[in-house]
Amino acid sequence: MNGWKRSGRGTKARLVATFEEQESTVLRGLVGEVRQMLEGRASEAPADELAALTGIRTGPSKRPDDRVLARLLPDFTSEDMDLAAGLRSLHEPELIESKQNAAQTVLDALPEAGGKVELTPEQSDVWLTALNDVRLALGTALDISEEMPEELPPDDPRAPHLGVYQWLTFVQDSLVQTRMKLL
Amino acid sequence: MSAPLSSPTRQVDPAVDEETTGDTPWQAVVWNDPVNLMSYVTYVLQKLFGYPEPKATALMLDVHHKGKAAVSSGDKDKIETDVAKLHAAGLWATMQRT
Repeated sequence: MNGWKRSGRGTKARLVATFEEQESTVLRGLVGEVRQMLEGRASEAPADELAALTGIRTGPSKRPDDRVLARLLPDFTSEDMDLAAGLRSLHEPELIESKQNAAQTVLDALPEAGGKVELTPEQSDVWLTALNDVRLALGTALDISEEMPEELPPDDPRAPHLGVYQWLTFVQDSLVQTRMKLL
Repeated sequence: MSAPLSSPTRQVDPAVDEETTGDTPWQAVVWNDPVNLMSYVTYVLQKLFGYPEPKATALMLDVHHKGKAAVSSGDKDKIETDVAKLHAAGLWATMQRT
């Protein structure tokens, strides 16, 4: 994976990159993991007769205990806990669904054995959010901070994961830069 | 950067005064976090709100240097929708009264 390049112009513009098999395995694995966490959260939502009748879904009103999920599904406000609970319940199912769809878009486009990926600008936007979700999840788990060194000592158990995180940063940043030129 | 939960504030950011006058009682605030890329935050602000690149970059830099920035203002429904969109993009956003 040497970064994203643009091919074509106008309505034929595509964003293109080639993934090695190992890169595809890592990215598919992480995207699948995030999707699974979100699925777990969604299944916590109580089955609701009213929701089944009206089609209006409501989610849990409590913030997830898990800090990775809490980062993916933030509170709407820090000023008013009742309002935060109400808005979470109202918006969380939709937010989970949009993140799951984004994850699926990546899984659909990225060949398991690696290879070329060609995205329309619209698909690129979806990829950007999925890549961001994966970086948020991994970054939270790794306790990434702005003071984090580029490299950790080799005996730090987080060292190999930091390498993956930095690679994801490259993949996302390269996609943003290429996508911005098409605005 | 500190979490908004540990330092709730109603202080209005000077950078957004121009947009919070009149009938715009709520604002969407984006908070700094160590994961989101500066390039991505700028892109999201351009894409979601249609801001020209210089404005999106200025807001992103406010988030980066000051820890947060109000990125839109309006009535409660509009800001609720804006925050939902920011969450879908993965930004750390909250809504607050101006």
